Amino acid sequence: MAMTTMQRLDKLDRRWVFLAMAVAVAAPLFFKLGLAPKTTPPVQAFYDYIERLPAGSKVLCSFDYDPGSKAELNPMCVSVLRHLLAKGHRPVVITLWSTAPAMVESNTNEICRDEFGKQYGTDYVYLGLKEGREAVMVAMGKSIRSTFPHDFYGTPVDKLPLMEGVENYSSFECLINVSAGYPGTKEYVQYVTTRFDIPLLSGSSAVSVPEYSAYYQSGQIKGLLTGITGAAEYETLIQAPGLATTSMDGQTMGHFVIIAFIVFGNVVFFMSRRRKGRG
Amino acid sequence: MKREIPILITLVFGVFMIVQFFIPHPVVNEIANRLQNWAIIVISFSYVLGSANILRINGELVYRRGPGWLYKLVLVIAFFLMLIPGMLFGIAEGSWTNDRLFTYTYVPLASTMYASLAFYIASAAFRAFRVRTWQASVLAITALIVMLGRIPISHLIWEDLPPLVDWIMNVPNAVAQRGILIGAALGAIATGLKVILGIERSYLGRE
Repeated sequence: MAMTTMQRLDKLDRRWVFLAMAVAVAAPLFFKLGLAPKTTPPVQAFYDYIERLPAGSKVLCSFDYDPGSKAELNPMCVSVLRHLLAKGHRPVVITLWSTAPAMVESNTNEICRDEFGKQYGTDYVYLGLKEGREAVMVAMGKSIRSTFPHDFYGTPVDKLPLMEGVENYSSFECLINVSAGYPGTKEYVQYVTTRFDIPLLSGSSAVSVPEYSAYYQSGQIKGLLTGITGAAEYETLIQAPGLATTSMDGQTMGHFVIIAFIVFGNVVFFMSRRRKGRG
Repeated sequence: MKREIPILITLVFGVFMIVQFFIPHPVVNEIANRLQNWAIIVISFSYVLGSANILRINGELVYRRGPGWLYKLVLVIAFFLMLIPGMLFGIAEGSWTNDRLFTYTYVPLASTMYASLAFYIASAAFRAFRVRTWQASVLAITALIVMLGRIPISHLIWEDLPPLVDWIMNVPNAVAQRGILIGAALGAIATGLKVILGIERSYLGRE
């Protein structure tokens, strides 16, 4: 029996959906909309916290993500480093994800060394990866030197001027965690912030934010960057528009396509039901 | 004894790690530090064990020409292709392993996999967000509001849309999340105690 138009629409081939999405996210490559997001309170809180730190503060940055979430979280790391360096702070960068060391190294050197002309070991340090997840987080609370005896390049931490006097979390003004999941912000809240009394600022992929917003509300996270939109808001705040701001056009179009398909799906659903009712 | 000794080790170290939290004494702290470093070392060794296991299972399938053996072969080759140059030349910026294998091969592949989610989400949204019941209606309407409220021009659509999204995230969402978090934390405490006391023994494997 031939399918009615409604049945055909109801069983729409998903390749049409894929095509619509592809066109929507690719269109801004040719027609720039130049959309910039309005700043939300959690992003403003993140920005304000770094602004209030005394100049020259040592800040521990834990960048924990993989290539899959690079598009979403890389712009965040770049902006955070830019803001820290512009304010004269000194980042000590680590990672707890085995897929991250090369990406984090490249980001850190690109921003600290190439863009800001900072001196490695004096103005910034990259300690690299330590496998062990929560065990590493807790161990750093006791001694960062014994947890990371060498930096990423094999230099003993005792030979790095920036690491002088660094013992544990209390040697840092705050901890910034950009994470795509486990181990990440949730574990830092559970094992570190309260126990070792260190303020935590978090940037995470959008999918994790519903969970982390409860921590932000309770004050366990001092500021929260939400996915690529959060990164774009932050870029606007530090007046350095980059990849996240550019991505806003594509993301907006993508959202519209999903919304359009949800509405379309329901229109088809109701019309089919009405027709069935009549029949 | 194969089961009793691991249970005893778990009991002693588990109880010690709980008790040390309440004893701020340098000797106790030092022992706890050492145990945590042991944990880090053991976790690192699990990578070796995991790798050996992957090789054993997939290598065997390739040897027997089992189902999907060609894919397994690609996996084994890729494994050594990443491992050997990584060990020989390191993974620092500028190294062959980092630039050719990681940055130009693995990163685009992983990013492509993740990006393809957008297409599947759109397709799934079209089929799944049908307002068949009132619960489904609440879900669909909330999803639409949050999605619209998260785009840069949301305030142009309706001035109060961004505050409405903030309210959804800060009130109904946070309430539900707190409930889940507290429930999960209580569950973790109960499971931890059962493991320490030897009631839960599934981590030891089968008899």
